[in-house]
Amino acid sequence: MENLIVGKAYVLGDNIDTDQIIPAEHLVYSTSDPEELKKYGHFALSSVPIDKAGLPEGGKLFISGDNYQSEYNIIIGGSNFGCGSSREHAPLALQVAGVKVVIAESYARIFYRNAVDGGFLIPYEGTEKLNDKIKTGDKIEVDLIDNKIKNLNSGKEYQLRPLGSVYDIVNSGGIFNYARQNKMI
Amino acid sequence: MGMTISENILASHCGKTTVSPGEFIEANVDIALGNDITAPLAIKEFEKMNFGKVWDNEKIVLVPDHFTPNKDIKSAIQSKILRDFAKKYNIKNYFEVGRVGIEHVLLPEQGLVLPGDLVIGADSHTCTYGALGAFATGVGSTDLAAAFITGKAWFKVPESIKFIYFGKLNKWVSGKDLILYTIGKIGVDGATYKAMEFTGETIRNLSMDNRFTMANMAIEAGGKAGMFEPDEKTIAYVQNRAKRGYKIYKSDDDAVYADEIEIDVSKIEPQVALPHLPENSVNVREVGEIKIDQAVIGSCTNGRIEDLRIAAQILKGKKVHNEVRALLFPGTQEVYKQALKEGLIDIFIEAGVAVSTPTCGPCLGGHMGILAPGEKAISTTNRNFVGRMGHPESEVYLASPAVAAASAVAGKIIHPDEIN
Repeated sequence: MENLIVGKAYVLGDNIDTDQIIPAEHLVYSTSDPEELKKYGHFALSSVPIDKAGLPEGGKLFISGDNYQSEYNIIIGGSNFGCGSSREHAPLALQVAGVKVVIAESYARIFYRNAVDGGFLIPYEGTEKLNDKIKTGDKIEVDLIDNKIKNLNSGKEYQLRPLGSVYDIVNSGGIFNYARQNKMI
Repeated sequence: MGMTISENILASHCGKTTVSPGEFIEANVDIALGNDITAPLAIKEFEKMNFGKVWDNEKIVLVPDHFTPNKDIKSAIQSKILRDFAKKYNIKNYFEVGRVGIEHVLLPEQGLVLPGDLVIGADSHTCTYGALGAFATGVGSTDLAAAFITGKAWFKVPESIKFIYFGKLNKWVSGKDLILYTIGKIGVDGATYKAMEFTGETIRNLSMDNRFTMANMAIEAGGKAGMFEPDEKTIAYVQNRAKRGYKIYKSDDDAVYADEIEIDVSKIEPQVALPHLPENSVNVREVGEIKIDQAVIGSCTNGRIEDLRIAAQILKGKKVHNEVRALLFPGTQEVYKQALKEGLIDIFIEAGVAVSTPTCGPCLGGHMGILAPGEKAISTTNRNFVGRMGHPESEVYLASPAVAAASAVAGKIIHPDEIN
């Protein structure tokens, strides 16, 4: 994983639950079949109400047309991001859609654990609320070493909470690879 | 310094005499659970590791309950992954359709989870087993795969919040109303990373089925676990089900809590959680005129025999409103059989209720009762998120079996008193 992630932000509100991230009706696709796997990306965030999709204006679809990858690779969320189900398909769907980092005010416990242990994406916590300061489509630079993000549109910088060993686990590709690399198994 | 029941259980499972909140531990689990949605991913990870054998073929529990009996070809393929894995590794506790039930009703009923256990399940409502005085929490598929191999999982020891319920319950007020009220009070992230501990005189008088309902929804406040200290009711529940020994853990008198919240239950009326969060709970009389298209009674939250008895008590001799589809999902085959024996199923069918085999089906918008755009459902399930039961423009109102049954008859959300 690169230490500097640059991309476009997709901004969401509070309590983005796993049913909004990947609705249960889609939890039937095989993750072993590369074509079926793409469906998870295609339906990522498909149940977010349209007026809350891509804040502040809303009405911006995360995935357009038949694509399975999004033009946005950094998600800025509010509090309690990923609440609800334990489905690991939630961080998986975001990863397939091309998301590298989620930056939220806070996370639901299981989503956070899944994002890290499965090595799907980096779940950063902000030191302040950011989903009212960054707009969907803003160009963002995330520095994984210094734990900060810069809004390249406004030039403003924000500090993030340090990742601790989370960075190493996600960087290894999840707990199995991490355990193997560190000769724990 | 004393420890809570959660800390006592976690300490005993990692070989320590004490643990404190915030500490990271690696602990031995007693049961590792997966279902037809989450276990296939775990099995894929497990097979990638080429380990060749599982940690313990009696402690892995596989329950195909979400999209079963399979709703389509793709879900049939996912279930087959479970079935083939169970056969290959001789998993003793694999439950085939016909014997299966909704996992969190099934495992306690079968005596697979016992007081003092440490349980992980790749299902967020695994916290249900806290009703038995077990520390049980939801994890993802990767953590489940790791447990398939090692029998271990890492935990951050959570802080605990103590809820003290006192006073006498009003008529029709159940465990469901207490937990909806509690989530309304602290919010959907009010207990994130924390164990909720349910105590007080009201809880001591509460039946096991009602305790399961409350523990089940701890996750809807972000809770890592929803704990009850075992008492004589717990022992009565497990004594004829347990096939192995178990240990009772309690909270020490000087245990330390992050917060203590007292709740006078005599002030609580039947609750309804309005769309689209479980924290939107209000007194049923404050809901206003909400016509419903569907009423769902059942699930891992309210699919136990007492839930069915209350629904039947209300529906007896009455008819479901002609513009309402009422659906009943007994939690397990045992619950179904008991309901048959007591004549409850007759009452439901006479009233015009569709009685289903046990499945998670409609709760998560899987199958067996999906909502069209604009439709509204009253449901005894646990989540009313956007699109939870179908189209993103449909709405779910959460309530107890009593309120759901009464509303099914009235065609709109009402207090059970208004119909009986």
